[in-house]
Order: sequence, then C-alpha cells, then structure tokens
Amino acid sequence: MSYSLVTVAYIGAIILFILSLGGLSHPETSRRGNLYGIIGMTIAVLATVFGPMVTAKGYAWIVGAMVVGGAVGLYAARTVKMTQMPELVALMHSLVGLAAALVGFATYIDPAATGNLQGAEKVIHEIEIYIGILIGLVTFSGSIIAFGKLSGKIGGKPLLLPARHWLNLAGLLVVIYFGARFIQADSISSGMLPLVVMSVIALLFGIHMVMAIGGADMPVVVSMLNSYSGWAAAATGFMLSNDLLIVTGALVGSSGAILSYIMCRAMNRNFISVIAGGFGGGAPAPAAAGAAAQPQGEATPVSAAETAELLRDAKNVIIVPGYGMAVAQAQHTVQEITRHLREKGVNVRFGIHPVAGRMPGHMNVLLAEAKVPYDIVLEMDELNEDFPDTDVAMVIGANDIVNPAAQDDPASPIAGMPVLEVWKAKTSIVMKRSMASGYAGVDNPLFYKENNRMLFGDAKKMLDEVLGVLKG
Amino acid sequence: MPQIIGVPKETAAGEKRVATVPEVVEKLIKLGFRVMVQSGAGDAANCSDDSYRAAGAEIAASAAQLWSGSDIVFKVAVPTAEEVGLMREGGVLIGFVWPAQNPELMQQLAAKKATVLAIDSLPRVLSRAQKMDALTSQAGVAGYRAVIEAANAFGRFFNGQITAAGKVPPAKVFIAGAGVAGLAAIGTAAGLGAIVRANDTRAEVADQVVSLGGEFVKVDYEEEGSGGGGYAKVMSEGFQQAQREMYAKQAREVDIIITTALIPGKPAPRLITAEMVQSMKPGSVIVDMAAERGGNCELTEAGKAVVKHGVTIVGYTDLNSRLAKQSSTLYATNLFRLAEELCKTKDGVINVNMEDDAIRGLTVIKDGGITWPPPPIQLPAAPPKPAAAAKPAEKKGHGHGGSSEPMSAQALAVVFGIGALAFWFVGAYAPAAFLGHFTVFVLACFVGYMVVWNVTPALHTPLMSVTNAISSIICIGALVQVAPPVTEAIGRPGAWILGLAVAGIVLTAINMFGGFAVTRRMLDMFRK
Repeated sequence: MSYSLVTVAYIGAIILFILSLGGLSHPETSRRGNLYGIIGMTIAVLATVFGPMVTAKGYAWIVGAMVVGGAVGLYAARTVKMTQMPELVALMHSLVGLAAALVGFATYIDPAATGNLQGAEKVIHEIEIYIGILIGLVTFSGSIIAFGKLSGKIGGKPLLLPARHWLNLAGLLVVIYFGARFIQADSISSGMLPLVVMSVIALLFGIHMVMAIGGADMPVVVSMLNSYSGWAAAATGFMLSNDLLIVTGALVGSSGAILSYIMCRAMNRNFISVIAGGFGGGAPAPAAAGAAAQPQGEATPVSAAETAELLRDAKNVIIVPGYGMAVAQAQHTVQEITRHLREKGVNVRFGIHPVAGRMPGHMNVLLAEAKVPYDIVLEMDELNEDFPDTDVAMVIGANDIVNPAAQDDPASPIAGMPVLEVWKAKTSIVMKRSMASGYAGVDNPLFYKENNRMLFGDAKKMLDEVLGVLKG
Repeated sequence: MPQIIGVPKETAAGEKRVATVPEVVEKLIKLGFRVMVQSGAGDAANCSDDSYRAAGAEIAASAAQLWSGSDIVFKVAVPTAEEVGLMREGGVLIGFVWPAQNPELMQQLAAKKATVLAIDSLPRVLSRAQKMDALTSQAGVAGYRAVIEAANAFGRFFNGQITAAGKVPPAKVFIAGAGVAGLAAIGTAAGLGAIVRANDTRAEVADQVVSLGGEFVKVDYEEEGSGGGGYAKVMSEGFQQAQREMYAKQAREVDIIITTALIPGKPAPRLITAEMVQSMKPGSVIVDMAAERGGNCELTEAGKAVVKHGVTIVGYTDLNSRLAKQSSTLYATNLFRLAEELCKTKDGVINVNMEDDAIRGLTVIKDGGITWPPPPIQLPAAPPKPAAAAKPAEKKGHGHGGSSEPMSAQALAVVFGIGALAFWFVGAYAPAAFLGHFTVFVLACFVGYMVVWNVTPALHTPLMSVTNAISSIICIGALVQVAPPVTEAIGRPGAWILGLAVAGIVLTAINMFGGFAVTRRMLDMFRK
C-alpha cells in the first residue's frame, strides 16, 4: 500500500468514527454506531500494518501483541458485571494513558523520528513529545486511582493535603522548568533526565488530583479522564504527524469534555471547583450551613408490606434509582417489580438524574441490563413536572439528587443543584440503609416530610420482600 | 397510669357514625391508652362490639358508665346537654363542637371544668394539621356520596356508551363549589364517566378541577373570591349577576347539579332559583349539599328528596351517615393523628400543649376556661417562592442539542479575544507543517462537539466506552514503531523501541477489543 492509499484509508476510518459517535444519539442506531467504530478501527489498523511504515519483520510481533491484548480485553468485557462498568472504564482510560506515554518514549529515543528535524520544527516536535507523555501519564495514574476509588480499594473520602493548590502549582512550575531543559538538551541521553523527572511529577499529579475528589464527583472525574485519554491520543498524533490520531483524539477529547460539563451542570458545580476537589464527603460544608437549616420533625418508617400496598394501589409510579441500587445489585428485583406492576396496569416510569451513580449514564446501563424497556426510563427534565400527578415516587438508594434543600435552602451546600422533585408526589418512599446523609454530607429534609415514608434496610432484601408481597 | 379513651354511642337522630373503629383502637392502644367503647356504638357503622373487643377495647354497658369511666371522650356529633351532664368533672372531650354556633354548650362544658378540643376549630392553614382535618375527610366522603345519591335518583347511565341497542349519551354534571366536597364529587362523577363541569368563585382552584377530570366554567366577570384561609367570601352584586346568568345557562344544559357552596358563618348562598329548576330537563337531579344551612337551591327541603317540576332535589343532611363505615374510619384516623400529637411520649397520657399552634387552635376550653377564639396564627414568613420557582425555569434550557443559553456579550468578547491571541501566536511561530495538523485538530474538536451534543444521556456510559475504544487508535503510533522501514541507523536502540512499541500494542489491544466488546454487550441490553 502506498502512502496515499493509507491516507485515504485513514480518512475512511475518521468518517466511520464520527458516524459511530453520531449513532449513539439513539438506542435504535447505537448498535450500528458501535459497528462503524469497529470497522473504522479495523481499517485503520490494517492500513497501517500493510502500509509502508511497517515492514514484514514486524508482523509476528504485531500479531502476537494483538492476540494477547485482544484476549485479555475480550475476557474482561465478557466477565465484567454491569455494576462494575465505572471501574472498567477507568481502568481502560489508564491503559490509553500508559500506551500514549510508551509511544512518546519510543518516539523520543528513536533517532529516525527526530533526526532530520531542525529549528522550530524540532522544538515543536519535542514539546509535542513532552506534552504527550505528560498527559498520558496524568491520565494513567489518575485513572488508576479512580479505579481504586470506584472499586472500593481506596476510600471514597477526598484526601486533602494542606496547601494542595500550592503543591499543584509547584509541580506545574517544575514541569515547565524541566520542559525548558528538555528542549535545550542536545542529545537523547541528556534529555532523558528532565523527561523522567517530569514523568514522576506527572504520575504524582494524577494521583493527587483524583485523591482529592470525593465519591459524589466521580462521574465528573471519569468523564474528565475520558477526555484526557482523548487529548493524549491527539498529542501522540501531533508527535507522529498523524492526522488520524489527531482527529480521533480530538473527537474523544471533546466528547469527554462535554460529558464533564454536563455532569458539572447537573450538580450545579463549577468544573474548576470539582477538579480542585474536596466537596464530595467533606465535613466543612454542612457545618457552614448552620443549625438553622436542620430539618425539623420525624421520619416515618414503613414496612415492605406497606410499601407493596402503596405500589399496588397506585396508578402512576416513578422510581428514582441511585448508586445504592447498584451497590445492592437490586436492579433485577426492581425490574421484576416493574414488570409485575405494569402487568397490573400501573404506569411505572424511571427518573434518572444525570449524576445518579458513579458514571454518566450508569443507571441506564444497569436498568438496561435488567431488561427494563428503555422507553420508560426517562431523564430528569422529561418527568420532573409529572411528580404532582404521581401516586408513589420510590427512591432507591439515592439521596442528594432528591434533596428539596437544593431548591428551598439557599444556605445548603447543594443549593441550586437540579433535583428530582419526588416530594411533590402524593407519597414518596425512600429506601435507605440508615438515616445517614449522602455523599454531599447534607441532611435531607425530604425524609421528614409529611408524605414521605422511609423503608430502611438493604435495597435488594427489602425489594425482594416487596416483590414477595406483591406476588402473594 | 394510662388514660382511658371513651367512645360513646352517638345519640343524634340519624347519626350512624362512630368516633373510632377497631383498626384504630389497636393503634390507640399502641400509644399507651386504654380504650372503652359503649356497647352498640359501632353497630350502625358495621363495627360490632366483638370486633372492638378483639382489637383490645373494653365494652361499657351504658352511656353513664362510659362517660363517668373515661378520661377522654371521642365524639362525632356535637354533644347534647344530657351527655355533658354525664361527663366527668375535669374530663377531656374531642369532637365536633362548633363553638360559634353553640355558646350555651360552651358554658355547660366550662362549668364541668372540662378541656375541649373542637376538631372543627383546627387551624387548617397549617400543613401539619392536614392529617387531623376531619372537616376535609368528612367533606370528601360527603362529596362522593352526593354523586352516588345523584346517580341513584338519575334515570340514565353516567358514562356514554355505544351498544347494540343504540347510543347512550354521557350524563352532564355541573358542580357548584370546588372545595373538598366539590372536588371529591368531581372526581367521583368523572370516574363514573360523566362529563363534569365545575365552578368556584376562587379562580385558583381551576387547576384542581381540571386535574380531577372536570372542566372549569368561568364566570364572565373579574373578581377574586378568595376569602382567606381557603374559604370563599361573599361576592359583589355585579359578579353575582354574571354568576346567575352562568348558572341559568348550565341548568338548561346539564342533567345533574351538585351544589356545595358554603360561606363560613353565613347562610348558604342561593345559586339555583325556582326558574332554573323549571328550565332543567325532566328527570334531572339536584343534590344540594348545603341543605343544612338553608340550601343553595331555592326549592331544597332539608333532609328530604323531593320532586319539583320533574326534577329530583336531594337535600339530605346526613350524607356522611349514609356512608357510615367510611366516614367513621377516616374520622377515627383523624382523631388518632390528633392523639399522636397530644401524646408524643406514647405513654397513654395526653398533654394539651398550648404552645403548639395546631393544638392551640383546637382547644376551645382548657380546664374550664374558654380559650376560643384562638389568637391568629403567626405563620412563618412565606419562603421566597418566586425565586425558588424561577430557578427551575431558568434551568429549562438544560436539555441537549446545543440549547445552552447564549453567553453574555462581554464573556463572548473575552473568549474570542483570547482565541485570536492564541491563534496569532501559533501562526506567528509555528512552521507550516504543524499548522496543517493544527487545522485538522481544531476542526475535529468542533466536529466532536457537534456530534456528542446529540448523544442521548441514556447512552452516556456506552459513549464513554466507545470513545475509550476509539482512543486506542494510539495503537497506530505503536504499530509504526515496531518495524519501520529504516536501515538500522547507528545508535537506534531498536530493542528498546520494539519493547515499548509491543507493550503499547498489547495495552491498546486490550482497550480496543475490550472497549468495543463491552459497548456491544451494553447496547444489546437496551431494548424497548
């Protein structure tokens, strides 16, 4: 294959990637979208392998590496539980980051890649390498920590070092300083030291950044890392002067950035303040809200049998799932209840808050796994106005996303965050393990409302009981 | 020492309700009280002595035994002078009292050193008081029953039907007054399939009428009829003229009229004149729920159903007793909620806390001293409603598809300024080869932005996993380094590069295959 043919193949791959993202605009077209992605990737890889840049001696290595990697990947994809999707996605981001860094190092030590560049071109090329490795490693270590937090291996509480903003700033200055030394280095071996120092700082920076972010902000972090992995690919593209990489990286990068933006807006938070960290699970926020904002009254507990009664007598039911449903693996029981009620003619719908769960769209995937039809799974904005006509709103393992304080109490740390207005339903039932506050550490006045009932206990166990009563 | 709650048999003529039912007896006992029920008290409401006994109540043989043996008496109807005579000195009475209408009764009760909680004096504006609001619960039952009475007297179906035997038009029902009883009547009539229209002088209830399946008929005259506390007030002459015209028009059109209009402390307003009754179709029905207070219809006879000008006019004043079991159950629950408020310690001893707004309003006599009327309630300053309401509205543009609010001109100018500066910098210093790539990069960012905005939020997780899979395009970078067509230049650390590149390929391959496979697995689950 000639250079031109390869370039044409790359253009084809780019178009297929764009179509792939476009296909995700609707569940009907999404499967085809994924197929476009696979075809695009296949074309890109084959064109490269059989193109002029790879000689026959490399084939064995490439096939071997592909088989090993592909087997691991397929195995992971097949065995992962849907509740673990956030972890898997985070882990995969780390792989992209690491791969970008490895390619960056390989490019740097390859004299064939740098040898004939002079002047500004050489400087730019070196900056590209430097930045590519930087982004790659930050993505790598940040994603590893995110994986640890999501899988519970690392505590969800934010780790707040004293003067952490100054630490980050100092890190940035050191990175810039060594960047200058790296560009001035006249040989590969003398450039290696600044590169390694920068790598260490990049790794530490990634760790520190994600450690400082609380559990509730995880959807933002995961989508932000998604964005970073894209920018890492784009930086690699600049490094190798490869437009396919640049375009694909930019697509992925902007996709992740948009997701982060949507997530931030769903929490009424500023992107910077999320990244600066310290919100999710932090103690200082509720203390500042003061005792005046403490909700008054008593929560009314309810039994599983009574819950079943309420559901059976209802005409319109909205279920609001949260991370608690994922933790308890209750989605299948929820589906059973839904199916049972729908057969009885009850209009059951699901209300999904954009940041429910630990990843954008997390709840949708769980419900889809449990075979809940997607046309009854609605976004917050689609059904928030329907709560007054709803007989029962059932909240399963969610807290902050249904907190009326976000609308009523300007002093609340979550004031202004859009929430699902479950308290407007005739009856709301909140399933929770205890009265503990959510990730935001804010007490929830919903629990004390006249028309609210609390169903305490493990979501799965209680829902099984509810289902038992409904069937009995 | 737990206090004894006594439930006497109601003595008023035609009163079939009872102040507590067996299911609620159990709950009262859980609060720590003892419950004594007069033999036969619940008979008319289908609650036998045995069922009370099974629920844990004691049965008193006579009224005298009950009244003297109870610390607290739960009653439905206003007590008679004889009943007050039987009452224990310093006892507690909870039930309907209507202190404004019964000044003599108040004096008698005060002489007994009694404490009286009049359920009719509950401050209804307190949302906390809703669960104790017996006026609402009883009015709801009455509204339902009014429709049933109307259906009983009406010679046709309520719902329209098309049968083999011909077409049946639906009944048209007009409901005057959309208070609790009116709304219950609207819901019931709509549920039976009738076409329901309703009117109220308070314009704000229009939404509630519509929500129950009714149609709100406006009076063609501008005046606000809300008299405070959720009640209606007397309207101006001009309004009343317009209202009469509207009623006259409705009377000609509809089959059934149910009137519920009451104004506190005044006789019921005359809405339906004799001429209007005359203008109605023969076989039509009027149910006048205000019969006890003079009636909304000129021809109503309280307590009776009469036929005049071919129209059945139902003036029953005992609609609640005609649904005794339901009325009693709801009333009993209202009193139970009140008992809960009075006995927060759950030890079976009540504490009439005059600091509590709801209790203060209810208590018309405390230890023999008349405390009625209560001082006006200091409602907490209304929360800044408009601001709260405006907020969600602002967020309306929150959907997808680039409907974000336009930035302010200033912010836009700053963004463009910075952008221009950055582009100038790049243009001034970067070599031509870089600019080509840069162009591609910037355009791709925009394409990505446009495409991703269209992604439905439900597919955000698949979006992330597919973009993740696509980002393993970095593989290309590793592929070209495995075995590039270069002569082994001196100093090229081929083994190192090969190692790094192969490691890179393995990592990206995991991502590539894993990412696409898991996306596929997820998308396959999205089924209608």
